[in-house]
Amino acid sequence: MDHLSALENKSIFIIREAYYKFKNIAILWSVGKDSTTLLWLCRKAFFGKIPFPVIHIDTGYKFPEMYQFRDEYAKKWGLDLIIGRNDEMIKAGMGPNKGAKIDCCSELKTNALKQMISKYHLKAILAGIRRDEHGIRAKERYFSPRDEQFKWNYENQPAELWDQYKSMAEEDTHFRIHPLLHMTELDIWEYTKRENIPIADLYFSKNGKRYRSLGCVPCCNPVESTASNVDEIIEEIRTSDTAERAGRAQDKEDVYTMQKLRALGYM
Amino acid sequence: MERTISEVTGHSLPIVIVGHVDHGKSTLIGRLLYDTGSLPEDKIEEIKIASQQAGRELEFSFAMDHLEEERQRGITIDIAQTFFNSSKRQYVIIDAPGHKEFLKNMITGSSQAEAALLLIDVFEGIMDQTRRHSFILSLLGLRQIAVIVNKMDMVDYSKDKFDAISTEITQILKQLNITPSYIIPISAKHGSNVAKPDERLRWFNGPTILEALDNFETLVVEEKPLRFPVQDVYDIDGKRIIVGRIEAGRIKKGEELLILPIDEKTKVLSIEKFNEEGLERTETGECIGMCIDKPAVRGDVIVKQTSGGHEKDYKVTKSIHANIFWMGDNIYHKGDSLTFRCATQEVEGRIGNIYRRFDPATIEVVEKDAREIKAAEIAEVEIALSRPVAVDSFIEIPEMGRFVIEDKGHPVAGGIIL
Repeated sequence: MDHLSALENKSIFIIREAYYKFKNIAILWSVGKDSTTLLWLCRKAFFGKIPFPVIHIDTGYKFPEMYQFRDEYAKKWGLDLIIGRNDEMIKAGMGPNKGAKIDCCSELKTNALKQMISKYHLKAILAGIRRDEHGIRAKERYFSPRDEQFKWNYENQPAELWDQYKSMAEEDTHFRIHPLLHMTELDIWEYTKRENIPIADLYFSKNGKRYRSLGCVPCCNPVESTASNVDEIIEEIRTSDTAERAGRAQDKEDVYTMQKLRALGYM
Repeated sequence: MERTISEVTGHSLPIVIVGHVDHGKSTLIGRLLYDTGSLPEDKIEEIKIASQQAGRELEFSFAMDHLEEERQRGITIDIAQTFFNSSKRQYVIIDAPGHKEFLKNMITGSSQAEAALLLIDVFEGIMDQTRRHSFILSLLGLRQIAVIVNKMDMVDYSKDKFDAISTEITQILKQLNITPSYIIPISAKHGSNVAKPDERLRWFNGPTILEALDNFETLVVEEKPLRFPVQDVYDIDGKRIIVGRIEAGRIKKGEELLILPIDEKTKVLSIEKFNEEGLERTETGECIGMCIDKPAVRGDVIVKQTSGGHEKDYKVTKSIHANIFWMGDNIYHKGDSLTFRCATQEVEGRIGNIYRRFDPATIEVVEKDAREIKAAEIAEVEIALSRPVAVDSFIEIPEMGRFVIEDKGHPVAGGIIL
C-alpha cells in the first residue's frame, strides 16, 4: 500500500470508530485545507453521506472567500451545516485588537465551540489538527477526553495502543477526535492533489503572496510565494525553511500560548 | 531536485526513543533534527528564546519538550512525535518519557514504532528504566533495536567505558531474546556520531545514528489468512454494508467466507468503496465496505473457510493466555471484572490466573501464582471471558494477537497473546 493510501485508511478507521462509539458527534470545518481534507475523508468513510452535522465556528472575522467556499460546498456535498457564533461577545465588540489575542481566540472560537457542544449535546468533535503543526499538537492522542470544564489534561493522558481508543469514563464529558494527527502539511497537499479536493483560492499566490494557514483576517499574514497551484505549493513546502503557522498571530504572543489555548479547549 | 517521500519508498518508518530519565532522549532528537536541517529557522529562534528565558544555553531538548512544565522541570512528560527526512526516507520520531510514572505514555509511543533507539548514559550506566523499557520493547515485539551509548564526551570518549556498557546491555537484552542491531557511542550534546562521525570516536567502526536508521527496515505485509473484524454496519440507500479494516489477508468478490464466532457461512456479494465501482479484490490494511448474504454485527470476525482435510487456521476461545503490562495506577486483584478489547471485539471478563509476576526494573519473577498485579508490573496470565472471541497468537497475526484491558472506560493494561 502506498504512503497516502496508508494515511487515508488510518484516518477512515478512526472516523468510523468515533461514529460507532459516540454516534452523537460533529465535525469541525474551518474551511481550511486540513478540515476540508477531513471532511473529504468523512465523505469516503460514509459513502458520500456524512451522518452527522458539520460545524463552522464563525468569528465574523473570516475571509469573504472562506464564507463563499463554505456555502458552495455545503450545498454541493449536501452537508448538514451548522454555524457556531458567540454572538454575545461579538456584539460586545470582542476582537483581536481589543486586549490580548488569546482572549479573542478563547471567546470567539473556544467558547463558541463550547456553546455548540452543550446545545447539541455532542459527545465527540472531529477536528483536523496535525502533529507537525505545532509542538503542543504533537502531544495529542487520537481520542482525547475532556472533563467538565472542557479542560485538556495534558499531564495525564490515557494510554492509546494499537487503535484501541479510550471509551467514555464517568468524568469524561466529550472527546476530541483527531483523525489527521499522523499527516504532515506535505501529506495534506499531496493527498489534496491525488484526490483532487477543492481548496480555497486564498492558498494560491496573488501578487507574490499566499496564505499558508488560514484563520481570521486580522491575525493571518500571507507568506511570500509564487506558488499558484497545488503542484507548486508541494514543491515550495518541500524546500521551505519556515514553519507552517509562521503567519498566525496568536502563536506569537507568548511561546506557550498554544498550550494555554489548548488546555482551555481550543481546537 | 529532492523527491517526495511517497516517491522514494512509500512508507515512513516510526522510531521510538526510550531509556532512563536524563539519559538524553529529547536532546538526541533535537540534535538529530538540527543536524539534518529539519528544524525551520523560526523554530530554532523559538527554542533560543525559550532557552534564554529558562536561563540555559541552546537547549536541544526544547525541540520536543514543548509543555511549559516540561521545560521548567527539564523532563519529558508525554510523548511527542516529529517528522524528519534523511536522504533515504521519512521518519516519524517518537520521544518517550523516561520516568516510571509516565510509563503508559512510553508504552503508547512504543506501540506505534517499528524500531527503537535505547539510550544509555555512559556515565550513569544501566538503570531501572533501561531494563524496564527493554522488557516492554521485547513484549511489544520490537526487534529492530539500536543501543545508543550517550554522553561519551563526559568520559573523554573512552573506548573502555563504552565496551563495558556494551557487554552489560548485550547480556540483559539476551535474557529478553533481543539482539541489538547496533551499539553506537555518541554525544548528543556535541553531535558526535549523530548525523556525522567524530574524530574523537575514530576507534569505533560502526555507523552513525543516521546511517543506522537508514539501515532499518519498514514493516513488510506478509501473505496471511484472512482476518476481517467487523467495525460497523451502515444502511446506505437501502443497501446493508458492513465496514471494517482487513487486518490480515485479502478478500475477493464472490468468495465463500465464515463469520466467527457464530461459525456461519456467507458469500461476498460486492466490495464497496465510495466512488469506486466494480471492485473485485482488496488489499491488507484497507478499510472497506462489503455486502454479504448473511447478517453480521460489530465484533464478528470474518475469515476464510478451511478447506476439507486441513486443520483450522483460526481460533475461537473464551480463555486467553497472555503476557500483560499493567499501566493503571491501581492494584488489580485476581477475579476483578474488566473489559477485554481485541480488534473490534469487546467482551467482559476477569483474570482467572496470574501465573507469574515480574518486576520489569530487574526482569525477575517476584511471585508465582499471584493474587494481584501492581502498577507498572508485567505478568503472565489467563483471562477468562464471558463470550468467545476470535484471536490469534501475537507471533502469527499481531493485529489479532494484541489487546487492551479497560476498567470503567480507562485503559489499564495491554497484552500479547501467547
